Amino acid sequence: MIYRENGHFKTSYAADRQIFPIPQDRWAILAILAFAFAGVPLLADEYLFRAILIPFLILSLAALGVNLLVGYCGQITLGAGAFMAIGAYAAYNFMIRIDDMPLLAALLLGGLASAAIGIVFGTPSLRVRGLYLAVATLAAQFFWDWAFLRIKWFTDYSPSGSVSIANLHVFGWKIDSPLDKYLLCLAVLTLFALLAKNLVRGAIGRQWMAIRDMDVAAEVIGIRPMYAKLSAFAVSSFFLGVAGALWGFIHLGSWEPAAFSIDRSLQLLFMVIIGGLGSIMGSFFGAAFIVILPIFLNQFLPWLGGLVGLGISTAAVSHAEFMIFGALIVFFLIVEPHGLARLWSTAKEKLRLWPFPH
Amino acid sequence: MAREIGPVILDLKNLSLSFGGVKALTDVSFDVCEHEIRAIIGPNGAGKSSMLNVINGVYRPQEGEIVLRGGHFTNMTPYRAAIAGFARTFQNIALFKGMSVLDNIMTGRNLKMKCSLLQQAFWFGPARREELAHRARVEEIIDFLEIQHIRKTPVGRLPYGLQKRVDLGRALAMEPRILLLDEPMAGMNVEEKQDMSRFILDVNDQFGTTIVLIEHDMGVVMDLSDRVVVLDYGRKIGDGTPDEVRANPEVIKAYLGASH
Ligand SMILES: Nc1ncnc2c1ncn2[C@@H]1O[C@H](COP(=O)(O)OP(=O)(O)O)[C@@H](O)[C@H]1O
Ligand SMILES: [Mg+2]
Repeated sequence: MIYRENGHFKTSYAADRQIFPIPQDRWAILAILAFAFAGVPLLADEYLFRAILIPFLILSLAALGVNLLVGYCGQITLGAGAFMAIGAYAAYNFMIRIDDMPLLAALLLGGLASAAIGIVFGTPSLRVRGLYLAVATLAAQFFWDWAFLRIKWFTDYSPSGSVSIANLHVFGWKIDSPLDKYLLCLAVLTLFALLAKNLVRGAIGRQWMAIRDMDVAAEVIGIRPMYAKLSAFAVSSFFLGVAGALWGFIHLGSWEPAAFSIDRSLQLLFMVIIGGLGSIMGSFFGAAFIVILPIFLNQFLPWLGGLVGLGISTAAVSHAEFMIFGALIVFFLIVEPHGLARLWSTAKEKLRLWPFPH
Repeated sequence: MAREIGPVILDLKNLSLSFGGVKALTDVSFDVCEHEIRAIIGPNGAGKSSMLNVINGVYRPQEGEIVLRGGHFTNMTPYRAAIAGFARTFQNIALFKGMSVLDNIMTGRNLKMKCSLLQQAFWFGPARREELAHRARVEEIIDFLEIQHIRKTPVGRLPYGLQKRVDLGRALAMEPRILLLDEPMAGMNVEEKQDMSRFILDVNDQFGTTIVLIEHDMGVVMDLSDRVVVLDYGRKIGDGTPDEVRANPEVIKAYLGASH
């Protein structure tokens, strides 16, 4: 009985309504945060920051956005990449067209632009659901792919179509080294994860879940589907927009529309399915999984091939990656729709009983 | 009983509803008085659930109107009905399966919670105060329904009888003027039925809530209700006190004689 829920008696509803009502969880999260802010900078090298940690943080933010919409409100989207693109290009245009635009303000405005457009492209959800909604959001993806490729104003008439932003700084702090970038992304993600958690544990989160679980009953208790769905699209697109701007500005530095293609949308959807639909924690699990798996396979498969005397090419590794993703998606959809997050809570349940099996 | 039956609060006039060729309701009229318990009975497929769905705007009748405290509603919607003070439970439980008992009932407070999305995102301050105030009210309902032990349980894991109770709890959280109950005791054992009857009477008695109730168990109907409407094939064939209805030859022929 290392991990226990009982024995901690709540004496007020406030104590019961905390984000982590169980002390062990609270301490664990604080320890993780302390480690992320203070420990990791001492331990990680440049490769780790660039190839794993920064993409993980930004994709976690995007996965959170997708999870709010798909996991909590039950509205499918295949257009997540488009909203990252909108955030990135909107923030870019705010930066280059307005003198002395602060970076954080540009990120925020990028998010807001994405949220506004998210509301517009979320309106089909008021009439259609499931497959039809998936197709409608796919149309959004293709429309914005086209727009950023063809409407030259968005890319400031750059001949190659590629855009970039130099000299990033926040309140005089120059965002230059991989460590700076990591810390900025970590700070943004921490704040947004907290906002997401607050939303889903509050009235609006219950409205989203009510619409997801039983929309007729939700309407009967006075939830307006229009407000619930469009607010989910707005908040989700806001998260995606900020994530997209970070992806362009911080991770890539310079980027082309292809950075936010349909592949990205699918990848984000896979993340929340594997990580756990309707779970904040699951968004992190999913992002970590998808960032780390290819790197792991790149190391592991050739090693495994070497053991049995087979040379495994990079192409074969990337094929294997697709196959493993495919198999995992099918596995999670059929066997464990709540993803890694559910496996995690099952493990905790086991820990609670340990060492007594039943 | 302390309660006193008041004037007519809900007047249903000449309601007709059809689905394609199927006539679910044909020219049905009846009224409901404040604080009363009004039962709707009839064989399966008689149009009872359709009646409740028309009252709170889930179905749109082709003809007729709903007069609520003097206000005329020709196109009721579920949202308007909720604002006007209707709450309801469902024949096939319609709880939010992915949520806990507590969250299901909290959802019933939704119309009373006014904090904006931004306030909720930042939590501290108004949103937190609001959440805790409503939590306290919801805890009263949980105590009233004697479901303290399952407040954190996901509703999908509960046995049927308890789910029905949570369904009632969610409706009560709305603090309705008129409560519409669609077969609240269907599929329950005797003990569960007794509990549920007691809750219905207590709600009616303590809060003066007007109740429209669909029920199959004639014993329950006779015990609980002040007046009964009888539907058969979408038409009203009887209306009156339980004793009057029981003595009505047409009702005996259509309903009490029929197997159901
Ligand atoms: N949504 C619907 N679509 C089509 N027909 C319906 C619908 N709801 C009810 N009906 C029909 O209306 C009639 C009355 O149904 P209902 O109101 O559920 O009866 P009861 O609740 O008295 O058993 C039935 O013939 C049923 O098939
Ligand atoms: Mg029915």
